[in-house]
Amino acid sequence: MRVILVALSIFVFSGAFSTAMAQEAGTDSAPKKQNSNSEEVKDLEQRLEDQQKQIDELKAQIRTSSETPDMAQTPPPARAVGGAIASMNPKISLDGLFAAAASTAQDLENVETGGHDPNQRGITVQNVELTLGAAVDPYFTGNANIVYQIDEQGESTVELEEAYLTSTSLPWNLQLKGGQFFNQFGRLNATHPHAWDFVDVPLVNSRFLGPDGLRGPGLQLAYLLPVPIYSEAMVGIQNGSGETGYSFRNTPGDELFGRTIINRPIERIADMTIVPRWVASVDLNDTQTAVVGLSGAFGANGSGDHTRTSIYGADLFYKWKPLTAEAGWPFVGWQTEVMARFYEAGPAAGPPPLPQQTLRDHGGYTQLLWGFTRRWVTGLRFDYVAGTGGDPADDTSRDRRFRASPELTFYSSEFSKWRLQYNFDEIQDRDRPVHSVFLQWEFLIGEHGAHKF
Amino acid sequence: MNKILITGLLFLLLIAARAEAKLIIVTTTPDFASVAEEIGGDNVAVSSLAKGIQDPHFVDAKPSFIRQLNQADVLIEGGVDLEVGWLPPLLESSRNEKIQRDNPGRIVASKGVRLLEVPTRPIERSQGDVHPLGNPHYMLDPENGKILAGQITATLCGLDAGSCEYYKKNLKAFDNQVDQKISEWSKKMAPYRGTQILTYHASWPYFAERFGLDVVGHVEPKPGIPPAPGYLENLVGLISREKVKLLIMEPYFSDRAPNFLAQKTGIQVLVLYPSMAPGAGIRHYTDIFDFDIGKITEALEKK
Repeated sequence: MRVILVALSIFVFSGAFSTAMAQEAGTDSAPKKQNSNSEEVKDLEQRLEDQQKQIDELKAQIRTSSETPDMAQTPPPARAVGGAIASMNPKISLDGLFAAAASTAQDLENVETGGHDPNQRGITVQNVELTLGAAVDPYFTGNANIVYQIDEQGESTVELEEAYLTSTSLPWNLQLKGGQFFNQFGRLNATHPHAWDFVDVPLVNSRFLGPDGLRGPGLQLAYLLPVPIYSEAMVGIQNGSGETGYSFRNTPGDELFGRTIINRPIERIADMTIVPRWVASVDLNDTQTAVVGLSGAFGANGSGDHTRTSIYGADLFYKWKPLTAEAGWPFVGWQTEVMARFYEAGPAAGPPPLPQQTLRDHGGYTQLLWGFTRRWVTGLRFDYVAGTGGDPADDTSRDRRFRASPELTFYSSEFSKWRLQYNFDEIQDRDRPVHSVFLQWEFLIGEHGAHKF
Repeated sequence: MNKILITGLLFLLLIAARAEAKLIIVTTTPDFASVAEEIGGDNVAVSSLAKGIQDPHFVDAKPSFIRQLNQADVLIEGGVDLEVGWLPPLLESSRNEKIQRDNPGRIVASKGVRLLEVPTRPIERSQGDVHPLGNPHYMLDPENGKILAGQITATLCGLDAGSCEYYKKNLKAFDNQVDQKISEWSKKMAPYRGTQILTYHASWPYFAERFGLDVVGHVEPKPGIPPAPGYLENLVGLISREKVKLLIMEPYFSDRAPNFLAQKTGIQVLVLYPSMAPGAGIRHYTDIFDFDIGKITEALEKK
């Protein structure tokens, strides 16, 4: 760079100098022409010629100096500086997820029970998510997801879905996460709607972990076990309040399982929601990977003064992808989660009056995804939920349900997709099964962090 | 008897200690691993996350990689967004400070490389998957392998000063070998300088520049975007007009479009390896060029 600058200044100076000289020569030459002294003019011409030669040489020098490998390897300085400034900004992305729905059920909101499900006939804004992420300092990274939605009444809502820090350099293989975040219960709970393989959330997730998933202000400590395979144990602790603490302290005043949720202040640590999880993974070979996990969630619930909830879960994920896959295709993925919930429901004065009782629910989903050719994925999911204890048949949030959902997705690119899904839904308290069809589409702009396996 | 047992145990412990003493190097792709093995020799244990026949842009972030990264003393990555789709979440979960960004255990192979196709104007995704920092397939110019070898030597000398002379000796041997090979390859390719070729993806500009090939187009209309029929018709025109002789593709691309072009125009399709492929006998970094240049010259000789 310096060589260029020096050469350029010599070039400019000599150019300016020679122009000045020429002008000087012009003014000088006037009286001399009068004297008809052509020799001096010739001399000046010679000098000009020499200077031109010098300029040409310098020009050539500039050209060669810019071709030396050293110079060419350095990116243009303006770009480098701009890049450094830009890299101080967090990664910002916006994801828009929408769905059109047609259904034999007029009350689709009672059928599609997830907070981000297409829960009305017509078009639903499922999730518009603003994601920010960056390294905080050498010790932590920071992430936030802010979700915009438009509800059935057409009102806009904004939700602080997640905002948390994650440690990158704790000793002893530990990792700390703190803030507002999705708890690591099973596989699906901690993922965002645009990463789901189906239009809607599995029934077992929306029923047990809540329509909006199990999340809230909390802390989580995770330990990578010193064993030859990947194996991680973690425990999270969260407030368990509000709609995202659905099976736990929930929102006082809301109705659940025939009881009115009361305010359960945190009197001891066990009143909070404690979420332990263990997960391990093995590569069966170069093309096949399996991941297994066990989860639990334990804490106080808002149906009585001393009532508690326990949820247990097991999950399994298997993926096959050949080494020579083109842009990630073809592949086969199989994912299954099963859960059981034990909800101690407090007594209710009614009507109808209800005794203190334990409501036992269980369920799960299993889904198979097949990326059969580049850009195309087809999938099939089965859902099942049922309960005992209390009167599950009379409670739309506990009655037996079976659902089968085939889907077909076209990925126009990594950043946009189109999905068609059909749901066959058998609900205990309805005479006829519900049939629904959805068309979902998504776009993603900006820089979005890579997803976990 | 006891003495024998104790000596045996001590011996085993010694072996274990020696095995422990090896520096663990993890690389994202196996071409980096091969260079690291040449420099580190017996003092290092090298493994690669991706396989050589895998598209390095689309590797699954398998949990087993977290374990591998957790153990690493050194990580060699390609940089310039080569692994942006899978490495960041693995690194965040690795809990290994040694290999975090800007720490001595982190080698970015693109450092010091004269990058091609660095966008000079702002880019956007309507142009396809353009690499905002330049083309990341620079290891296909063996001169850039030498640059990486130099970086690895400096890093190993920093982490294991006692063996620095050994690493330097290995570097010299590697450089000499590559230099000798380059003149050999250049000689082989000399008769075909300026040959016009098509490549499937924009992954061969460094190779083409080094060995005098002229890439006149790509099977992908835009990086990462599969070709539509209309675009292939244009390519048929281009191939016939310019008399393009070769189409180069990696093993992980679909051969449907290349075969269509071959059928229409007679262009010869070559599947070349951009990295290690033990199945094809490519076990060392220089084998890549032996194989690829062998295939190219063989194909052009016939023409």
